[in-house]
Amino acid sequence: MNRIAERFARLKRDRQKGFIVFIGAGDPNLEMTRRLALAFDQAGIDVLELGVPFSDPLADGLVNQLAAQRGLESGTTPVKVLQTVAAIRRDSQIPIVLYIYFNLLHRRGLEIFVAEAAAAGVDGLLVLDLPPEESENYEALMRESGLCAIYLIAPTTPDSRIELIVRRGSGFIYYVSREGVTGMQASVSDTIGQMTARIRAHTSLPVAVGFGISTPEQARTVAENADAVVVGSAIVNEIAAHGRSADLTERVMAFTIPLAKAVKEKRTSP
Amino acid sequence: MVGAVGFEPTTSWSRTKRATKLRYAPPTRVRQRCARRRAIANSFGRKDLRPPLRRTPFAVLATGGALRENGFMNAVVDATLPDAHGRFGVYGGRYVPETLMHPLQQLEEEYARAEQDPEFQRELTYYLRQFCGRPTPLYLAERLTRELGGPKIYLKREDLLHTGAHKINNAMGQILLARRMGKTRVIAETGAGQHGVAAATVAAMFGLKCVVYMGEVDCRRQELNVYRMKMLGAEVVSVTAGQKTLKEAVNEAMRDWVTNVRHTHYILGTAYGAHPYPMMVRNFQRIIGDEARRQILEQEERLPDLLVACVGGGSNAIGLFYPFLQDASVRMLGIEAGGEGIIPERHAARFQGGSLGVLQGARSYILQDEQGQIQLTHSVSAGLDYAAVGPEHAWLRDQHRVEYSYATDEQALAAFGALARLEGIIPALESAHAIAAVMERAPKMPRDQVIIVNLSGRGDKDVAQVAARMKL
Ligand SMILES: Cc1ncc(COP(=O)(O)O)c(C=O)c1O
Repeated sequence: MNRIAERFARLKRDRQKGFIVFIGAGDPNLEMTRRLALAFDQAGIDVLELGVPFSDPLADGLVNQLAAQRGLESGTTPVKVLQTVAAIRRDSQIPIVLYIYFNLLHRRGLEIFVAEAAAAGVDGLLVLDLPPEESENYEALMRESGLCAIYLIAPTTPDSRIELIVRRGSGFIYYVSREGVTGMQASVSDTIGQMTARIRAHTSLPVAVGFGISTPEQARTVAENADAVVVGSAIVNEIAAHGRSADLTERVMAFTIPLAKAVKEKRTSP
Repeated sequence: MVGAVGFEPTTSWSRTKRATKLRYAPPTRVRQRCARRRAIANSFGRKDLRPPLRRTPFAVLATGGALRENGFMNAVVDATLPDAHGRFGVYGGRYVPETLMHPLQQLEEEYARAEQDPEFQRELTYYLRQFCGRPTPLYLAERLTRELGGPKIYLKREDLLHTGAHKINNAMGQILLARRMGKTRVIAETGAGQHGVAAATVAAMFGLKCVVYMGEVDCRRQELNVYRMKMLGAEVVSVTAGQKTLKEAVNEAMRDWVTNVRHTHYILGTAYGAHPYPMMVRNFQRIIGDEARRQILEQEERLPDLLVACVGGGSNAIGLFYPFLQDASVRMLGIEAGGEGIIPERHAARFQGGSLGVLQGARSYILQDEQGQIQLTHSVSAGLDYAAVGPEHAWLRDQHRVEYSYATDEQALAAFGALARLEGIIPALESAHAIAAVMERAPKMPRDQVIIVNLSGRGDKDVAQVAARMKL
């Protein structure tokens, strides 16, 4: 069974909410990415999303753009990210999703990339700019390789599209809680409950909610209506601030653990 | 391989000088001919002026106007594209984050309704005539023709439009669409600043808020247009990411759009991006070719032999080419920016150094490295300095319907000076690339042929930059 599906099954059994962390791969370098991944695993993080640096991350806000830039500067390539995942797999079974722009897959060749990702121990791909309408044989390839094709749903997504997306997606649905690029927000959207209910009307897949969550209070609020909460930019920001310090891992964990705790406080109703 | 437009800067073309007597018809004769032409057209429909649409062999231009040996194909290019998925063959499509998918579908639907709506068309035609100054002349460049000693060279004078470039054709269409959709704010990306000025202009006309994204490098090299946009009431955001040119401006515009899509329309300025943009922009720009076709039939009583246009994203080129696609005898030449030569990161000629990829909403030819990271580009012309090319152009190239070549910075600068001195017209540096190609090709072509070159914009914006280079 795929590690993502396995993890969500366990969370359901334990009536727990999931906590998903996003970081940019290769920020500040791939060895740190490996160490951070192991630390996240130890801290009980449920899924790790690794952003594969791309030169033109048009769905990302400034914080993640800068992370991608640092990743590129440290020499990170898609192939090296896969090697890093393989290295993480020697010590950890934390579910890993690659957050990636389509051109990087397209360049490598979809079939080759999906096969290589599966071999490295990746569990799912979230391709920012590949809507189901353009996916062609992507989902079939992913299914054959045992990978989850994770799709986004946005506040602008009408019911007809929700229906299409949940049919095509696997692992979990990622609900982008507001229109916009990745980045931190002062407050969380008040339409999350409504949207997650609409999504759940169409699917039994777990619904993760992200984009803009940066404090334990926000994480707690969002967890009320979500199966999992995603925090990205806020953690990337910590990495940016302490990238050069020797205790980077400790500092990032000190920031992340209270977020995870806030999410884990919430129990799902039986 | 198709070489660079290979004439040496400044003087070599004048050596080809041959005294050509222009058979330029005096006004009365032109009028008589026009009347005759109209009578014929009316009695048979215009179709008689072009070859039948299907199964017509057409000549394929390889180099220098030579007919390709195996150039007879019975598949005339399909002008009904894109298909329902926004594809031109394998190119095009809609590769965007989910937040934009539904808004793009709504835009596609609204555009389809507008296109069929006589009221929309009437309004657009009215503003294009009364505000923008259409139709633009198709002007016989007599001295340039004589100097080159080849075919008659006609300039399609988009430079004479209000705001100074073809960009306003599309901006006008899209602002009317934005109003229909009830949007209160528009955004645009711009490289040379001509599209930004056009967007700022139409936004001012209709009282919509306008924000224009422009790379910091372009803000500097096209400063005049930054001032114009500001005077027109637009906010100009200088983009400092990456190489600080057009590609980064598009990224920023898309980020803004994703964030404000409910009340904002993105007036994309070229025949690129996610469906329906390449199709919609083409259709708003095809008025260039529609007019040129009518005008050349009136002025020369024949179709042209060659069309030439510069290709940034590809809007002025597709605008000129599209109405001629079924005219098998008309060859077409798109000119990309050769920069300092076809060396990685020193040019923007996607068909020379590029490969198939997906960038900013579309699948097309892009300049990228082995890993799929987008490469740096360079051109003296901000409007051509872009890593991707419109998907319809990629498809037309595959069909061998249009030939694509390039002109270097030096060649474009030489053409810029030549047109100014020979014709009294200072072209935009973008358009100067097309002129450079004409200067290279024309001397090798028969004198009884006719070339139409799209003079997509005027060079006011480039005067300071060129003056500095020439140390004036
Ligand atoms: C005068 C002029 N011509 C051509 C272009 C290139 O764009 P396109 O290829 O869409 O016509 C520009 C773009 O800024 C321009 O300003």
